[in-house]
Amino acid sequence: MLRYLVRKLVSLALSLLVASAVIFVSLEVVPGDPAAYMLGLNAQEDTLAALREELGLNKGPVARYFSWLTGMASGDFGTSYTYRTPVADMISDRLWISMPLALYALTLSVLIAFPAGIWAASQRGKPADLAVMGVTQLGVAIPNFWFAMLMVLIFAINLRWFSAGGFAGWDNGLLAGLKSLTLPAIALALPQASILTRVMRSALLDTLGEDYIRTARAKGLSRGQALRRHALRNAMIPVLTIIGLQFSFLMAGAIIIENVFFLPGLGQLVFKAISARDLIVVESVVMLLVFAVIVVNFAVDIAYAWVDPRLRGR
Amino acid sequence: MTMLRNTTLAGVTLLMATMAQAKSDLVVGQQLEPPHLDPTSAAAGAIDQVLYSNVFEGLTRFGPDGSVNTGLAKSWDISDDGLIYTFTLHPDVTFHDGTSMDAADVKFSLDRARDETSQNAQKALFDGIESVEVLDDLTVKVTLSAPNGNFLFNLAWGDAVIVAPETIGEIKQTPVGTGAFKFDAWIQGDQITLLRNENYWGTAPKLDKATFKFISDPTAAFAAVMAEDVDVFGGYPAPENLPQFEADPRFQVLVGSTEGETILGINNKEAPLDNVKVREAIAHAIDRQAIIDGAMFGLGTPIGTHFAPHNPDAVDLTAMSQHDPELARSLLAEAGFPDGFTTTLKLPPPSYARRGGEIIAAQLRAVGIETEISNLEWAQWLEQVFRGKDYGLTIVSHTEPFDIGIYARPDYYFQYDNPEFQALNEALTQETDPAARSDLLVKMQTMIAGDYVNGYLFQLATPTVANAKLRGLWKDAPTQATDLTGVYWEE
Repeated sequence: MLRYLVRKLVSLALSLLVASAVIFVSLEVVPGDPAAYMLGLNAQEDTLAALREELGLNKGPVARYFSWLTGMASGDFGTSYTYRTPVADMISDRLWISMPLALYALTLSVLIAFPAGIWAASQRGKPADLAVMGVTQLGVAIPNFWFAMLMVLIFAINLRWFSAGGFAGWDNGLLAGLKSLTLPAIALALPQASILTRVMRSALLDTLGEDYIRTARAKGLSRGQALRRHALRNAMIPVLTIIGLQFSFLMAGAIIIENVFFLPGLGQLVFKAISARDLIVVESVVMLLVFAVIVVNFAVDIAYAWVDPRLRGR
Repeated sequence: MTMLRNTTLAGVTLLMATMAQAKSDLVVGQQLEPPHLDPTSAAAGAIDQVLYSNVFEGLTRFGPDGSVNTGLAKSWDISDDGLIYTFTLHPDVTFHDGTSMDAADVKFSLDRARDETSQNAQKALFDGIESVEVLDDLTVKVTLSAPNGNFLFNLAWGDAVIVAPETIGEIKQTPVGTGAFKFDAWIQGDQITLLRNENYWGTAPKLDKATFKFISDPTAAFAAVMAEDVDVFGGYPAPENLPQFEADPRFQVLVGSTEGETILGINNKEAPLDNVKVREAIAHAIDRQAIIDGAMFGLGTPIGTHFAPHNPDAVDLTAMSQHDPELARSLLAEAGFPDGFTTTLKLPPPSYARRGGEIIAAQLRAVGIETEISNLEWAQWLEQVFRGKDYGLTIVSHTEPFDIGIYARPDYYFQYDNPEFQALNEALTQETDPAARSDLLVKMQTMIAGDYVNGYLFQLATPTVANAKLRGLWKDAPTQATDLTGVYWEE
């Protein structure tokens, strides 16, 4: 087990190192000078030079790569070119919105998908199953930003139950914070829940065809009992895989929804940093997301072993 | 019993008084967030949009009509040769941290802006300053190397505000100025709040609190205004929604003028655009009104030269480049391109450029000029077009006030090199007599229009959508500012 863990950790470190090099090189080739962006059309040459000097942009790319890398290892992500604040602070501020939003959306998605998927599988071929399949088909097809705008129109502009966007801040209480994340979380959860429902249903139907289910039915269990006691746990592997992928996607992929609801999350930070050529911010956030994806995958691996004892020995 | 009734009565009266009190906080929406909060070291207009006149003040300041008024300087004296400006400061001005604002702070601010290591985006404003001397606490003497008719105007820019040496280290995150509002908090990516400065030296503002919210997406901006999450949205980004707001009694729509001359930038050094006949042909191929209607939903004033039409010295030269495709074609033939030619059209992100570019491409095609359109991000545009001069045509709005002087810079991105114009500009800088200045300005405007340096399209308009009960908002934008000092809620 220890060797397994060490091997896992070494591969984790190597993946991060490779990722850092790829991220740095791919962003370095992007044209554009952050100093010129900051100072605009009337800037004089000597002013630009003074700013580049202060930002450390006149150092070579190799030197900048290593100072970024060693800084990150000690938790110092450097200082943003445009905002002039430590990148680590900016990221942690934004994480306080992006993380809860991703978790909120994922929770909603699971809360909808599990019962709906199980119900559809247990009603296979009946009208209820067809209805669930039809609705989820629609859920997959509807773009989430369009659905988000529709919700803003109904719940913010017409009914005035929610504000049209922005974040109330956790300082104003948990409820106020959750309330401002509710519409975005629903918009994000809708397609995810639809996908998850369909995966849940088909995974359950697969396991329901297995011999051990027939045995269980032969012992006298009802279809529903066999499903709950035997099929569900076995159907969890594909479902967990999808949940893992969805979490990574929700962390990194909420850019459009964050724009619709003008939420100051990670996606919006990256979006603005790219156009301002604030490369150090882009590099650090992307790095963090890579890290998050790797860690989530690791967690999913462990969850596999938890639901499926056969995997523990490997 | 009587006492109880009296107490209840007092309570009710108090409650009613609180309810009747006019609303005194304001939420302002704007598209761009400032990168940091130091107006003296970045070109970002968003910084001034939040802080100019509200938090920071200069020796002079812009009025709502673009006029230059007194600011922290109560009065000034100009020597006969126009070289020495002696400013008398308002007494009893304090910074928000309680320290007093005096002549030493003025000297510090001006010296910092023109220093070798200065990061001031408009350093050219301070070029002519030879020395700044403190005569006493409230008197500053500024000596120029040559007379400068624009000097008081230059000092009104957001890049010339007075800052304190004690707080300059933290200015980018916690700005400390002398204005009617003091900085309170900044939630990055979301909002900045300002609070009333109770010790303000001038007329006290009516608002207690102002929150600036940053909403970059036009659809989200629409939703935020409709849901009344914001009370006023300056530079409203989706002109197609304006008729809807105008029809809604909850809102007022102000369409104002800006300092943004929107031009079809032409690379004057790239063949065949180096031929004045070709540039003249392009000018006649353009139908300005079609661009204003198609790209800006009718917002914008046609211009015939690089000068704001609302400026008293402006001359209407649109007739020199009347839409006339026939003439354009014959000019092209005269220049040796009867079958037209192909050039590049590089467009930065704003919608005036992207939408306007499509329309201009079609108009140019009608006279035989083909364009290869490429859409660039700002950073790419700065690199390729502005610094690299690797382009044929581009569209951009020059938002700096009174910037006709850029035509005297041969290395500027459109590469117009005319010694005659440069001499006029030099004369203008040194001229302080208003009538003579006006003459020179007319000559300058006419010269660049006659040389067809660029295609002159329209003056960018700025729509503001606001709650119908708000008063005192600026309609025009003589500088990129949201001056809240005179804003109040009608009861």
